[in-house]
Amino acid sequence: MSKSIFKFFIAIIYFQTACSQENTPPILGQEKNYSYELIVDDISVPWGMAFIKSDELLVTEQSGILYHVKNGVKNEIKGLPDVYFRGQGGLLDIALHPNFDSNKTVFFTQGVNTENDNKGGNTSLYSGVIDGLKLTNVKLLYKAIPNTKTAQHWGSRIVFDKEGHIYFGIGDRGERDINPQDITRDGGKIYRLNLDGTIPIDNPFVGLKNVKDAIFSFGHRNPQGMTVHPKTGQIWEHEHGPRGGDEINIIKEGLNYGWPKITYGKDYLTYVGSNPLEKTTSLPGMEQPLYYWVPSIAPSGMAFCTSNVYSDWKDDLFVGSLKFEYLERLVIEENKVVKREKILDGIGRVRNVVEGPDGYLYLGIEGKGIVKVLPAK
Amino acid sequence: MKPFFLFFLTFCFIGILSLKAQKNKSESIKNGSDLYRDFCYRCHGFNGEGQTDLIPPLKSSDYLLNNIDLSIAGLKYGLKGKIIVNGKLYNSYMAYQGLDNGEIADIMNYILNEWGNSSEEFVTAERVSKVEKSIIK
Repeated sequence: MSKSIFKFFIAIIYFQTACSQENTPPILGQEKNYSYELIVDDISVPWGMAFIKSDELLVTEQSGILYHVKNGVKNEIKGLPDVYFRGQGGLLDIALHPNFDSNKTVFFTQGVNTENDNKGGNTSLYSGVIDGLKLTNVKLLYKAIPNTKTAQHWGSRIVFDKEGHIYFGIGDRGERDINPQDITRDGGKIYRLNLDGTIPIDNPFVGLKNVKDAIFSFGHRNPQGMTVHPKTGQIWEHEHGPRGGDEINIIKEGLNYGWPKITYGKDYLTYVGSNPLEKTTSLPGMEQPLYYWVPSIAPSGMAFCTSNVYSDWKDDLFVGSLKFEYLERLVIEENKVVKREKILDGIGRVRNVVEGPDGYLYLGIEGKGIVKVLPAK
Repeated sequence: MKPFFLFFLTFCFIGILSLKAQKNKSESIKNGSDLYRDFCYRCHGFNGEGQTDLIPPLKSSDYLLNNIDLSIAGLKYGLKGKIIVNGKLYNSYMAYQGLDNGEIADIMNYILNEWGNSSEEFVTAERVSKVEKSIIK
């Protein structure tokens, strides 16, 4: 009897250890004394950032304001479509057209309700032309359907490849059981379009019946970080997991990244649906993440450091943590994370990370604005 | 007999009115509970317990229970800077969420009356509409 109780306790201890196992390598404290400089102040949620020059950039404020910033002075650019701002949605990422210098074109993602159906909104991709403090020639390139009022999982970051494509992500919009694994529906996908908004004829699902042929990959939860690897040209993405299981993935054509069939996360205690998450972390035909976080750091924004501004950061990956309010440095060797370090611990909710044309890292901090990370002295 | 009947009718009418108000409050709390589970729980927790040293609790929160208008302003405009909750300093940022006044009222009624919290006050959309940004320091 007492032996079986003992076994029972051992089993419980084993079970708890197995469940609470954190990913490796463990995160280290800041090695050097980094500091920062506030470049633009007083922006509630600086979601997206696009540099025109080292001292000139565009910044999106999530509630629906587009700013032009020059030498730290910000001015509103008028002419955005009506922004549907709710929960995690609103005005999201912004990126310069690869030929911005000549065509002054930008791309941006935002929550929108174009149907006037009073049913909420969904994520969209637009292009527009910057003319001083006016946005002109605004074109809707993609709009996810259906609209919903849920706060959750809108995505969305924008990147380009060298072959004339634009990529953007849309989160599962709180409908994990119907959206991410179904390529006839929007949500939980990375999309690829030509720069004019048309569908590339070689997109992976073109030709299949009823599918959303803008889809490039699927099985995503909520991608809020995306960047192009400076050497390989591959698209790196990260997405939020539920209570653990935030992931870094290399996005490849037509692949299924598994959400919600496989995950390293756990259901929230409030989950009331009929399909609780299984403890399944791998299945055939579904991609494993390059890296996952347990516990979740709530990642947002992602950039590689390509410069020599910081003595030993070249080629490292930087990710913002909303939850723990630091910048995470990940040292990567042969597509494996070999070291993690907290930079500027306590700086605030890091919403975005971008490398400027001057090689410095710039962060969007909620409730603060844009800061420039300074090398350790 | 007639005056008594009138008195009785008035009494019934008041009774129905207060019953209706009562129902409104429970409806508001129910709706607030749904909104809380969509917008708030990731940070403030299923049991209103908060998170790490960054997100203050709502359960038994003196800040919430004693500063209803300030709490409304936080939901309406965002909350930044230092606040003290139950004797502990917090200095994070809560983004505003794009909720309408009625939804903010519902969330307030829910968090004021959940996890052992209780408040005599019934927050209405009208009250939320009157809370101005200037009350946040």
